[in-house]
Amino acid sequence: MTGTADARGQPIVELRSVRRAFGSTVAVRDVDLAVGPSEFLAILGESGSGKTTLLKTINRLQPPDRGDVLIDGRSTSAVVEHELRRRIGYVFQRVGLFPHMTVAENIGVTPRLLGWSEESIRARVDELLALVNLPAEMAARLPTALSGGQRQRVGVARALAARPSIMLMDEPFGALDPVTRDSLGAEYRLLHERMGLVTVMVTHDVIEALLLADRIVVMREGAIVASGTPRELMNERTDAEVRKLMDMPRRQMTRVAAMLDDARRP
Amino acid sequence: MSDRFANAWALLPGYLSQHVVLSAAAMALGLLVSLVLVVASVRSERVRWPVLAFASLIQTVPSLALLALFYPFLLAVSGLAEKVFGTGFSALGFLPSLLALALYSMLPVIRNGVAGILNIDGAIIEAARGVGMTEWQRLARVELPLAAPLLMAGVRTAAVWVIGAATLSTPVGQVSLGNYIFSGLQLQDWVSVLFGCVAAATLALVVDQLLGAIETGLARRNRWRVVAGVAALAVGIAAAALPLGRGGAASYVVGGKNFSEQLILAELMGARIAEAGGSVAQRTGLGSAVVFAALASGDVDVYVDYSGTIWANVMRRTDVLPREPMLAEIRAWLEREHGIVMLGSLGFENAYGLAMRRDRAEALGIATVADLAAHAAELSMGGDLEFFSRPEWGALQSAYGLGFASRREFEPTFMYRAVTDGEVDVISAFTSDGRIAADDLLLLGDPAGAFLPYDAIVLVAQKRASDDVLRRALAPLIGAIPLALMQEANYRVDRERDKETPAATARWLESEIAARGD
Repeated sequence: MTGTADARGQPIVELRSVRRAFGSTVAVRDVDLAVGPSEFLAILGESGSGKTTLLKTINRLQPPDRGDVLIDGRSTSAVVEHELRRRIGYVFQRVGLFPHMTVAENIGVTPRLLGWSEESIRARVDELLALVNLPAEMAARLPTALSGGQRQRVGVARALAARPSIMLMDEPFGALDPVTRDSLGAEYRLLHERMGLVTVMVTHDVIEALLLADRIVVMREGAIVASGTPRELMNERTDAEVRKLMDMPRRQMTRVAAMLDDARRP
Repeated sequence: MSDRFANAWALLPGYLSQHVVLSAAAMALGLLVSLVLVVASVRSERVRWPVLAFASLIQTVPSLALLALFYPFLLAVSGLAEKVFGTGFSALGFLPSLLALALYSMLPVIRNGVAGILNIDGAIIEAARGVGMTEWQRLARVELPLAAPLLMAGVRTAAVWVIGAATLSTPVGQVSLGNYIFSGLQLQDWVSVLFGCVAAATLALVVDQLLGAIETGLARRNRWRVVAGVAALAVGIAAAALPLGRGGAASYVVGGKNFSEQLILAELMGARIAEAGGSVAQRTGLGSAVVFAALASGDVDVYVDYSGTIWANVMRRTDVLPREPMLAEIRAWLEREHGIVMLGSLGFENAYGLAMRRDRAEALGIATVADLAAHAAELSMGGDLEFFSRPEWGALQSAYGLGFASRREFEPTFMYRAVTDGEVDVISAFTSDGRIAADDLLLLGDPAGAFLPYDAIVLVAQKRASDDVLRRALAPLIGAIPLALMQEANYRVDRERDKETPAATARWLESEIAARGD
């Protein structure tokens, strides 16, 4: 099931036998993976399964030891790293807003590196603030004056600023409270669809993966052990590991549904 | 008291501007090198350890020693440059002070800079890489701005250290606020010492406040504060540098060691050269070896030394000749080895001798060093800072079998006080010192002739060997200062009451010489 290009066409991101080790610990074991146009892929796995390392091989924050990563069919090994990263949006759990820059400066950082005019940067910042549902007057604030959810909205806006076609997200909403997490996830899914993005999101939250992704790959010990649409994985009967993983949300759903039924009864 | 204060006040613009320019230049150089080392250290762990160790090591070297060590080092480099490029540079004064102070400034800047950058949250570094910054963009846009407040705290510490340590550049020939302290200490002019301390401390305080304003400006991201602090510093440095540029380089440099007689004679020679039409800079307060090396290399044009010092310390002779043959040998040797011209002897001798309080000597029945030998085992001996390492001390010990109960070293000013207070019994006195008569000390006879003659001789650098102005100005001084006159001149400067400045005493001495010459 793994490594096949999506039915939607030529893969945008393609990993070929990618391996990445830290000393004697192999984090990613010869992984093949392809992400198609407009696809939202979730990488699901326990901590230590190698999912974050796998994600970072795509923008070469963790350059592969062996194998190759192709974007739009071209190998990334020959591309200058910082130029590659300016074309790929990157959002991660700890956000990493620059504390000495205002919200506007944080959002405009990649356009500025690309040499956009100040005017077009300003316009883009305004546009993005609206897109991530932040009031325009936030632009002049420093990150310390924001709530956790607002910070991650700025993080998403920063990643989108230079109009990338690919977004890499490493547990982007993991540190937020459940309500904020749900609404931000849903809002991002809408952005993904509106902009026709390719999104690869790492998460350990099964429900989040099921609700947001078009396709889910499950990682264990550096390798992909299962791959499929949320529906396919929910109905998986053969793989015990996947069944166990999907049982938990199914049980929760059933109990919540039962409660809803009870409440509706007169 | 008030005229001493006025005198110190009059010297302030010159001393302060030199002090400010030296400190600012040392800070600028130190900061530049430190920043390069900070960047290298945060990028490579293999560089970090040796850099921090080296900077810490520098800090353990006493600052005065660090300054002193740069002089011979630069002298060697200058000699090499002269061989290779045909032109050397002055190894005295500004350059050694600049380098030593720049080195001295580095530790707090490097330590804080490295800590400031390494302590940045890993998420921010990851974000900087993730948004597509290059290494240099990350440094300039993220790491340095975030480390800036801590870095500035290091700069502040360094600036206070450098301004304080710059007072120690006086002995290597750089004018600074330390001139107040060193000459004041020598002349027992406590007003001058205090003035120097207060001036240096005030300067340090003001600079610290301005750098503090910049630091808080950086921490609070208040651009106005940063700009105001930088502007105030720039104006201060520019104001200090202005008089230096206007003055132009003096054509004649008069050197001098660090005691009263040398300060008076340097003033006297300087005044005479100025009257003859030369512009004069004084480099006094120099160490004995430093001033000779400076003359030999041409950094100093003229100074007064003593025949015994040249004989024993410079020529490394251990034998003793009578006065005239010894002077002739010294003249020939200086000319042959260094091209230095010995203009002649001033007419007095400032020899070493042993002195005791007269009442104490009489009570013990001591009149000569030979008498002293019998009592030495119960007596304590005080010497100036170089006496016990001079050949005369060895000669004395072997000629008379001297063995004292204890011996101590003093700065000359305190040595006389120690013997009058009875803290030590015998001291190494200078025969031209006015305090011998004033404190009622007895100079002990030297029947074995262990002490060398110490005629005051005027030495002129090679490049001034046939300089008309210099010769015209200084020739009338040769043979014109008898011992009693020099003793009185020295006493005017050294006495506790109605103390005069070396400059005023030099004027008095010049008029005395003129009166006697008529």
